Amino acid sequence: MTAILTNLFDGVAYGMLLFVLACGLAVTLGLMNFVNLAHGAFAMAGGYVCMVLVNRLGWPFFAALPLAFVSAAAIGIVLERTLYRHLYTRSHLDQVLFTIGLTFMSVAAVDYIQGSSRVFINLPAALQGQFDVFGVGIGRYRLMIVVICGLLTIALQMVLAKTRFGSRLRAAVDDPRAASGLGINVPQVFAFTFAFGCGLAGLGGALSAEILGLDPYFPLKFMIYFLIVVTVGGSSSITGPFLASLLLGIGDVAGKYYVPKMGPFVIYTMMIVILIWRPNGLFGRTAAR
Amino acid sequence: MSASSDVGYHAQRQARWHYGEVAFWLIVLGCGFLFPTRYLIMTDILRLALFAMSLDLILGYAGIVSLGHAAFFGVGAYAAGLLALHGIINEPVLALIVAGLAAMVLGFATSFLVIRGVDLTRLMVTLGIALLLEALAERFSNITGGTDGLQGIEMQPIFGQIPFDMFGKAGFFYSLAVLFLLFLLARRVVHSPFGLSLRAIKNNPLRAAAIGIPVNRRLIAIYTLAAFYAGIAGALFTQTTAIASLDVFAFERSADLMLVLVIGGTGYLYGGLIGAVVFRMLQEWFSTITPQYWQFWIGLVLVVIVLVGRQRLHRWVLFVPNLIIKQVAGRKAVVAVPESDA
Repeated sequence: MTAILTNLFDGVAYGMLLFVLACGLAVTLGLMNFVNLAHGAFAMAGGYVCMVLVNRLGWPFFAALPLAFVSAAAIGIVLERTLYRHLYTRSHLDQVLFTIGLTFMSVAAVDYIQGSSRVFINLPAALQGQFDVFGVGIGRYRLMIVVICGLLTIALQMVLAKTRFGSRLRAAVDDPRAASGLGINVPQVFAFTFAFGCGLAGLGGALSAEILGLDPYFPLKFMIYFLIVVTVGGSSSITGPFLASLLLGIGDVAGKYYVPKMGPFVIYTMMIVILIWRPNGLFGRTAAR
Repeated sequence: MSASSDVGYHAQRQARWHYGEVAFWLIVLGCGFLFPTRYLIMTDILRLALFAMSLDLILGYAGIVSLGHAAFFGVGAYAAGLLALHGIINEPVLALIVAGLAAMVLGFATSFLVIRGVDLTRLMVTLGIALLLEALAERFSNITGGTDGLQGIEMQPIFGQIPFDMFGKAGFFYSLAVLFLLFLLARRVVHSPFGLSLRAIKNNPLRAAAIGIPVNRRLIAIYTLAAFYAGIAGALFTQTTAIASLDVFAFERSADLMLVLVIGGTGYLYGGLIGAVVFRMLQEWFSTITPQYWQFWIGLVLVVIVLVGRQRLHRWVLFVPNLIIKQVAGRKAVVAVPESDA
């Protein structure tokens, strides 16, 4: 019984991590209809920035996390302004080719700069080990992830639902023409959202080094996971991808624990079945744009 | 001239063999005799060309974007490897066809999943199928040899007469023969009324359905055929290299394939062949400059191609040939990439 609860907790932590990693993609892919297969590259950038700051320069872990966010967001906004924005109106094939190219470049570049082996971030002692709550083993690091990601999710939901920027974004997504007619600077809103999504991915990358493993092939290895979160979760709200991430996280951890031989088989089958059954995602709107 | 016979006239003119095409195949054949030390890489190019032609059939003619075409390549590769390893079918040509059929069955089965939904769903589903097969191959490592791959494959002579030699000469001409035969078939298919209806579907599925084309059935048919081609390419890979390992299913293989086709251009069958030559040369060149990081430059090529624009790039490349043709023949240039966007 306690093993099940521990697994469940690990799954939730894993799922929340996936959500932070993928929710930027939910905006670009789901809302702006741009196929960004290079999303994992931003996560990797954040992870490596955090690693360099903590391991080489001796920064404290919690000070390096915001910088992982900022640096990934900065790379995101530069690329958005210079390259991505030319491709919003192009065909999906062009977008796929372009972002695959970017992914290959990022993989080779990181391999060149940091080597191809897996890297670890030195964690403070306070985050290591686990403690028992009524016999259920809870990892300190995973607990921190759940707390951080949970807060982020709530904050995101609040921003989207309550603030002026949130309503601008929703308007720009629903109908860009009408939104710009109302005086909303649509490209600016999109650029800002894109950068913020990249920043979140960077933060997720830094947090995930301990759990998912961080090496130059990160963008390729986890691309499918991000895509699953977005396509299964749909794009109508934050809650869809959030639930999809939790489902994926719990499913993956349980799958690896109980049927280790089947590996990722379960996840891929689930994805294909869901996509066939509901092409717009489990929680998606019926009319895809 | 009525409209319908006009269409027929143009379709027939398009389908006729041009001098350029004959010259192209003679050059390819000539390469086989001119560079006897380069059989291995030339065989590699032929395999890639066949694989790219398979993607061209669905991408260039039917407009299906696939990120998981390696699935069929892998099935063909493993089928051919297993057939040879366990001595079920020793004759390579027969084994090749059986491997192709195995991929074809998978293609038929998965085509029902692929024709549903829009571009994005298709991308995901094709990618998912390839990953699923990779996971399966890893899971059943007692059959597939897991990460070590199938080892100890010994190929019997072709038709019981021509043995595979270590310089790859037999392998090269065998691959060339297969490629040419399948090219003839593909050429016949795309210029037939069936092929024309595929183009109609690609341009506008709704209109195609309105004029009475059974859209889904046509897409299933071409997807199945493309799977057969990819399976043959995979089987050729196993037969000429005597290896089949997990990386036949890898995502990089599908992604590289896209690049091959993008370099060569889609929708005129030669795109895959030309693209394969250019791609392999680029790859060779990059790996001599930076052995470990050639992927970076491949990525850069992709990014630049997309940013410049595929049509514009093809126009630039064809500018000089067209100019020459205009001057020499004194008529409108014929060298052109017919299809615009995929």
